[in-house]
Amino acid sequence: MTSVTEATPLTNSLTAGKLPRRSALWVLLASWAVSAAFFAMLYLSGTVDGFNLVGTAVLGTVLYCVAIYVLSRLVEGSRKAMDRLMTALVTTAFVIALLPLISIIYTTVVNGLPAFLTPTFFTSSQRNVVGAGGGVLHAITGTLMVTGVATLISVPIGLLASIYLVEYGRGRLARAITFFVDVMTGIPSIVAGLFAFALFALLFNDPGIRFGFGGSIALSVLMIPVVVRSSEEMLKLVPNELREAAFALGVPKWLTILKVVLPTSIAGIVTGVMLSIARVIGETAPLLIIAGFTSSMNYDLFSERMMTLPVFVYTQYANQGADAQAYVDRAWAGALTLIVIVMLLNGLARLIAYWFSPKLGR
Amino acid sequence: MTTAAATTIKARQRPGDRIFSSATVIAGSLILAVLAAVAIFLLVESLPAFVADPAAFDGDTTNFWSYVGPLVFGTIYAAILALIMAVPVAIGIALFISHFAPRKLAQGLGYLIDLLAAVPSVVFGLWGIGVLAPLVQPFYTTLVDWFGWFTPFAGPVSGTGRTIFTVAIVLAVMILPIITAICREIFLQTPLLHEEAALALGATRWEMIRMAVLPFGLPGIISASMLGLGRALGETMAVAMVLSPSREVIFQLLTSQNSTTIAANIALNFPEAHGVGVNILLATGLMLFVVTLLVNMLARAIINSRKAFSGAN
Repeated sequence: MTSVTEATPLTNSLTAGKLPRRSALWVLLASWAVSAAFFAMLYLSGTVDGFNLVGTAVLGTVLYCVAIYVLSRLVEGSRKAMDRLMTALVTTAFVIALLPLISIIYTTVVNGLPAFLTPTFFTSSQRNVVGAGGGVLHAITGTLMVTGVATLISVPIGLLASIYLVEYGRGRLARAITFFVDVMTGIPSIVAGLFAFALFALLFNDPGIRFGFGGSIALSVLMIPVVVRSSEEMLKLVPNELREAAFALGVPKWLTILKVVLPTSIAGIVTGVMLSIARVIGETAPLLIIAGFTSSMNYDLFSERMMTLPVFVYTQYANQGADAQAYVDRAWAGALTLIVIVMLLNGLARLIAYWFSPKLGR
Repeated sequence: MTTAAATTIKARQRPGDRIFSSATVIAGSLILAVLAAVAIFLLVESLPAFVADPAAFDGDTTNFWSYVGPLVFGTIYAAILALIMAVPVAIGIALFISHFAPRKLAQGLGYLIDLLAAVPSVVFGLWGIGVLAPLVQPFYTTLVDWFGWFTPFAGPVSGTGRTIFTVAIVLAVMILPIITAICREIFLQTPLLHEEAALALGATRWEMIRMAVLPFGLPGIISASMLGLGRALGETMAVAMVLSPSREVIFQLLTSQNSTTIAANIALNFPEAHGVGVNILLATGLMLFVVTLLVNMLARAIINSRKAFSGAN
């Protein structure tokens, strides 16, 4: 750090040695304008074809960082200049992260809508379809069944485990479970798929086994830790006074948990479960391994391959047929369906949390 | 806390209590059992791969270790590249949300970044091929023209942009949300008194962050990066779709020959694999599991050791 003793002589105004208010904004606009002028000149002179909007934004932002640093350094000194530069960089980092999100949503909607809007997209499967046409009914059915069963497995286990951690667990076992639940959230999804495959291949002695229930097991491995983590947080939020009041009335502990603790925290738990569904519903790799892919309907979780929506997107893109554009279109439309489902789940979960959360502030 | 009082007066054990508490214990232990089962079943199924006949491997590889070696290299190379790109941006975002953005907006902006985590990886894959690769390809050409003397940027340049560098960018975007989320939590835990003391001594906001927030958050940043690394190591579909793969050790970032990763290799070859080929792929999966498990355990251990000392709890 620079020495703070070298004070510059102050003029008798409180705003001395400072840039005017809103100068940052004006410098930003000016830099963008200069950069736009530069690219407009390139465009008009015919050096490049088309006005480069991305280039304008990038060059303008870089220009702003340099300009505000130099200006501030001249007027306000090096410490303040560094502060302004860092503010600019940190804000830029945030905007950079938004660009892929916007780009992904935009391209998915634009590329996905044509096939998404065809009448057969939600009413038929891909059976005997070559080229354009067909739909994702088989994939949506598969996704709902596989994810539904995974939820049925994960929620009871996850919820009971989180109750153990919050209400009963002390000592070594509880600490081990907490630690390994955190570790399990980082297991690669494809490893979960390989695990389900290895398990059932050994169990049924079938080295080429593919079926939907295996996919549910693989998704459960990924889902349980997420459910435990979120439910644990919610159960911890229940005030101890409620439990103590129930105990004082002579209510057994298990009834206290069932009738007092769970109803109090149910909104948060539901939110957590929905977020965990949103997380696993888009998993591709484990389902590709154990559930496989097919172009026909399959309502039976326990036999034969079963198509799911993420795998549908992947196979449509990877195995393009004669009319390649039709397959790519369907892949994007599948991606759009998937994004809509995930965003709906996320939005709904946040709304539930917002509406039903206990109002703590008075 | 609630059972602490029960040491002197023993409550009557009702059947309901016994059933319920043992159900929770079983559910809790089941989680540990599942983790153990993942390791055991993968190990059992991958044993044949370690003693497989040299003819079972394609190309000129003759044993499992020479098969998995380049894959491990590719996995780590792509993940490290992604990490180098993601960590500075993630720290910036976390600082923006925790210390720069207006308080009322901060939570909403956090959700916005979390939405990025909700996008399925297969959509990232489509986006990587369809949008990102064509977008960055011209830059690659320029890079190779100007900096071709530097080995990682050596040519010939890929015509499609489907290189390991593009994959690293996609991976970086995918691991941004998790790194950001943890950094944000840690930065918000900075003792308020430290921040106020720095400001009271006349520090600017950036100096306050450098002197109070970053030193406090450093272990958090490290473990968040390691969790991000774990994600990047295991990410499958985006790599499988974007990369034009080859199973060799290749340092060049921008050519059409790229080291592929373990996960992508499994996803691409598993549907057609048969016989001992399945076991070989499962064995590479076991390697991936062990590596990510170690990385995650280390990261969590660092976070947990920090939690005990943080002034916030």
